[in-house]
Amino acid sequence: MPRTVLEPRFQVEYLSILDSDGNLDTALEPKLSDDELRALYRAMVLGRRLDERMVRLQRQGRIGTFAPIKGQEASQLGSVFTLRPTDWMVPSFRETAAMIRRGWPIEKLLLFFAGYLEGGQPAPDQHDLPVTIPVATQLPHAVGLAYAVQYRGDDAVVMVYFGDGATSEGDFHEALNFAGVWQVPVVFVCQNNQWAISVPLKKQTHSKTIAQKALAYGVPGLQVDGNDVLAVHAAAREAVDRARAGDGPTLIECVTYRLGVHTTADDPTKYRSEEEVRAWERKDPLTRFRAYLEKKTLLEDGLEQRVDADIAAAVARFEAMGPPDPLTLFDHLYAELPPHLAEQRAELERRLRAGAAPAAPAPETPPSATPMRGQRLTRR
Amino acid sequence: MARLNMVKALNLALAQEMERDRDVLILGEDVGVDGGVFRVTDDLQRTFGSQRVIDSPLAEAAIIGTAVGMALYGLKPVCEIQFSGFAFQCFHQVENHAARYRLRTQGRFHCQMVIRMPYGGGVRALEHHTESEEQFYAHIPGLKMVIPSGPRNARALLASAIRDPDPVVFFEAKALYHAAKEEVPDEPETFPIGKARVVSEGRDLTLVAYGAMARVALEAAEQVRAEDGAEAEVIDLLTISPLDRETIVRSVAKTGRAVVVHEAARSFGPGAEIAASIMEGAFLSLEAPVRRVTANDVAFVGFAREKAHVPDAARVVAAVRETLAF
Repeated sequence: MPRTVLEPRFQVEYLSILDSDGNLDTALEPKLSDDELRALYRAMVLGRRLDERMVRLQRQGRIGTFAPIKGQEASQLGSVFTLRPTDWMVPSFRETAAMIRRGWPIEKLLLFFAGYLEGGQPAPDQHDLPVTIPVATQLPHAVGLAYAVQYRGDDAVVMVYFGDGATSEGDFHEALNFAGVWQVPVVFVCQNNQWAISVPLKKQTHSKTIAQKALAYGVPGLQVDGNDVLAVHAAAREAVDRARAGDGPTLIECVTYRLGVHTTADDPTKYRSEEEVRAWERKDPLTRFRAYLEKKTLLEDGLEQRVDADIAAAVARFEAMGPPDPLTLFDHLYAELPPHLAEQRAELERRLRAGAAPAAPAPETPPSATPMRGQRLTRR
Repeated sequence: MARLNMVKALNLALAQEMERDRDVLILGEDVGVDGGVFRVTDDLQRTFGSQRVIDSPLAEAAIIGTAVGMALYGLKPVCEIQFSGFAFQCFHQVENHAARYRLRTQGRFHCQMVIRMPYGGGVRALEHHTESEEQFYAHIPGLKMVIPSGPRNARALLASAIRDPDPVVFFEAKALYHAAKEEVPDEPETFPIGKARVVSEGRDLTLVAYGAMARVALEAAEQVRAEDGAEAEVIDLLTISPLDRETIVRSVAKTGRAVVVHEAARSFGPGAEIAASIMEGAFLSLEAPVRRVTANDVAFVGFAREKAHVPDAARVVAAVRETLAF
């Protein structure tokens, strides 16, 4: 018997509205107000300049390792701008600009990257999850949140971020599958920045696009120029509207590029060429959006200086915070401190007190010169 | 009061907690129409609907991962992992997130959720269906680990676990599902998590056990009482983590001797932690080394050889006699 076609051929679309040469598709141009356009550009400038500031802070040892966003401003801000405060945002670890847009104070993010979990504490009314580092593990959380939204009959959409590397993880596939089966209001935003540390996309997947992976799960998938903030916004708007209308999840693949290091502990010269980076620098999302706003005479004078002043003020607030009490490390493990942790807490408290106290008096008899069996001869 | 086996008792707890709180929902493989492969969730989908008793796709990581998301929103999911041997496919979600979310967000979010899984041997099941690997969960800060030993405490502890604000891993011994019936009160009942029970008093030796091994320990205690005239005090832990060290230490301070029984492999198992707690808390009372009667340090051997693997009363009696004679 001849084989029969069960599904018509899938099509994967690519969306671009404002290309790197400044060409604009006016038919597709999203209808954003002047204020929205200005806010979007300001957020992109803030993202870029904070990133540069954070690299310097890391090099100076004032914060620890972090993942810069340079080059990905349009992907994350074009998408996050379509959310309401009552919607939910679930980041991975490279969404600094999007997180600031969602209301995370800069000093809190700095605190997180300085090694304090206090920096991962969302405000009581904030519908945001914290930075999540194990790759793709946050995707099922977004689906669960979306299930809960639907279960309670609330009006909210969940947007979750991840990179191209995450699409190789089981959690990505399981999350898309559950979201498809449950038809819950979640938007998957993949920032395909071409590199998962040193592994290029072609070694990550044999698929032509990441967007098409959604189709196998019965979920719409769309590829978009991730350096075109207008295209990302339009794609995200469509997906958010679909989710809000009860028509289920969407996967958006933002084709972008990590212009900087994977993290401040990474040296990309080991695995990619300068030419490649320079080619992508010509597609910089800020350059083309700036030109677009210039034509509309929406550029603000002194924007960079004002953004820098805001960053400087946040850094000053961060540095004024002082180290939190080490004893608080036991505070949030359980709702109530179990006895064994109360004991360990008391032990630490004694150690801290002893550390602060003057050195103990010398023992009355000095230790014998001949070491006992098992006693260390070396001093550490 | 009704006489129920452990399956029916667990089902009663689930039904009553769902009745009591609309935020409680169940998800897992085959938990809906089929009522779970052990029938613990029987009829619940018919009563509470498919939105609350969710037949999920077959993926352990997403069962736990989506349950974490539901819990962050304020729901109280009760997940069923069909067999504990399959839980390694969701272990990262348990360790990275369920156990840590309160800490990660410094109290802003937490995961009030229960992860139920059948564990242990004695039911002639296939490979990967018979593990007893509670030590992995007991080792994770932020989790609670509960293992009931009979219908009444299973029902009461499951109700407590569902109401507990912290994530609870709840192991159910397959060997106990249909082993015995017990009077279970009709009205909802809870037992405190983190409290062990002295189920049989004695002055000569302390037997520490839990889950299916609690019955084995009791059987051994009865045998040495009848044959040797020795009185073993039997402690049923009920909660593995946080461990009720106080009850164990108090008993060993009285008896001076202890034998720990578990179905988990010996090395780095719960017995090691219990023995260390006895050393720390009752060293000067000890008359003999703490003995462990456990499974061998091999992966589960297949049911044809499980009698050589899972501790039974004869092995416990032998260890008790050696400890008494030390």
